[in-house]
Amino acid sequence: MAKKLFMFEKPLGMRDTLPFLYELKKQVRSVMAEEIERWGYEFIETPTLEYYETVGAASAIADHRLFKLLDQQGHTLVLRPDMTAPIARVAASRLYEDGNPLRLAYNANVFRAQQREGGRPAEFEQIGVELIGDGTVTADAEVISLMVALLKRVGLGRFSVAVGHIGYVNALFLEILGNEERASVLRRFLYEKNYVGYREHVKSWPLSSIDQKRLLDLLSLRGGTDVIEQAKTLVTSEEGRRSADELAALMAALRTYGVAEAVKLDMALVSHMSYYTGILFEVYAEQVGFPIGNGGRYDDLLAKFSRPAPATGFGLRVDRLIEAIGETDVRDDIECIVFSQERLAEAVELAEAKRAEGKRVVLQHIAGIRDIDAYSQRYRSIVYLLGRSGRDGQ
Amino acid sequence: MLTIAMPKGRIFEEAVELLRRADYALPPEFTESRKLVIDVPEENMRFILAKPMDVVTYVEHGVADLGIAGKDVLMEEERDVYELLDLQISRCHLAVAGLPGAKMNEIAPRVATKYPNIASTYFREQGEQVEIIRLNGSIELAPLIGLADRIVDIVSTGRTLRENGLVELERIAEVTSRLIVNPASYRLNGGDIERLVDRLAAVIPQP
Repeated sequence: MAKKLFMFEKPLGMRDTLPFLYELKKQVRSVMAEEIERWGYEFIETPTLEYYETVGAASAIADHRLFKLLDQQGHTLVLRPDMTAPIARVAASRLYEDGNPLRLAYNANVFRAQQREGGRPAEFEQIGVELIGDGTVTADAEVISLMVALLKRVGLGRFSVAVGHIGYVNALFLEILGNEERASVLRRFLYEKNYVGYREHVKSWPLSSIDQKRLLDLLSLRGGTDVIEQAKTLVTSEEGRRSADELAALMAALRTYGVAEAVKLDMALVSHMSYYTGILFEVYAEQVGFPIGNGGRYDDLLAKFSRPAPATGFGLRVDRLIEAIGETDVRDDIECIVFSQERLAEAVELAEAKRAEGKRVVLQHIAGIRDIDAYSQRYRSIVYLLGRSGRDGQ
Repeated sequence: MLTIAMPKGRIFEEAVELLRRADYALPPEFTESRKLVIDVPEENMRFILAKPMDVVTYVEHGVADLGIAGKDVLMEEERDVYELLDLQISRCHLAVAGLPGAKMNEIAPRVATKYPNIASTYFREQGEQVEIIRLNGSIELAPLIGLADRIVDIVSTGRTLRENGLVELERIAEVTSRLIVNPASYRLNGGDIERLVDRLAAVIPQP
């Protein structure tokens, strides 16, 4: 039996953006887009609908969180759950031709089904960049620095970027545990942030006390650059050391960019079970309990579109960012001209002149207003062109 | 300032005792108060008192930096929070119970519980198809009056089960209270939280 819908109801997790919030979003979005463009990234758009088999399967978002539907030929479609997979598709098919680095940016709504607490947004706006075809650590440093630059530009107060390296975690697990199954058990505990379960599991396995300690020490490797030296003492494999060296190079580059103080290392950071392949990060801000953005290196994704290439990038959630920035004064500077019929020509002329100066002007016939007091409250300034006098009252 | 969400009831007193052992100067009338928000300026801490099931919600949304929650609640709610310490207090376990010798109804097997998510996952793992009936308390009543064949609930001493003529049939998981932390607080107030974790870790009773 279908539940009866209320008159004003929207599908679960879908929201309207009313003028005040729209204005806020627009400001934040345009400041960030401008900064992204200054760094030479080019914006692109991709379709809202993609094929489930290609983009849906390649996406980092879990299957049960995809909105799926069928097209008329019976293909399964998804509402894009992120922008990284569509951009990888475009890059692989069209733009990434000569193998040289490609800098792309996006600003789009993405869709993720929510199961818990129906009020959580299932559609939200993301702004972000993808740097494709550059496997160097400077590429990682560039995207993190750009993200920090954006957060500073929009006036975000306190925030912190947690940076880790999944290659390091995997190398440590593999050299101690010897097989991928056990490694993936521990990785899942870190992904679920369940450090209690992680410790219990490590202690329950028949490992030497030195190896147990190495695995347990991983959890406390958090902080500044000094953490990297400690991290190096835990691993012996080539891969593990190389990952630690990459983090050292990253921190050096971030210092050059002048953003190192916003960054904290966390060697136990695992923000996805399998998607990322190297340096990865999450960003948190005061006043918001959830991450406002995340990103990292995903060198395996382009290969899913038959065009292997290294890539890194980030996505910021505009809604959470606005929550973190808090209420700012973005009263829309709209002027209103209220006119009566006989002065229409004059009103149109005045409005055009003001619009030509870049002002926002509402032109409203007096006869269309029911309550002039309430109406005039809405606007910062109001000009009356009424009657035949030819004089305008303020 | 750190805000800590505490579960009202049984766990609260044990948690307060643990904090005192960790040298936190909590006022003597602390546990008797009926206030829902208690500030302890000497320690730069604020405590909020919530229903045990709601502690994880406050922490996930970041209105509390930390919280103390039973593993049962964490398993049921599956919230995105850091589980940093096993406090080894309020020990109990999650179990399946029923009337002695009573078989599952083959036509309409029913399980009553306060933990629909845990119960459903458990029986799906076993490959059993059961109907889960959600109750909010006095779960032991369900098999006695024929609402369900089995219950899933926490058992500490087993006294409530015994007094109602029920027996424990299967053990699902061990439960103790955990220290949980909001991910953003973990990143932004790392120092304060780390100190609290270290001080608590030093006084946790070893099992």
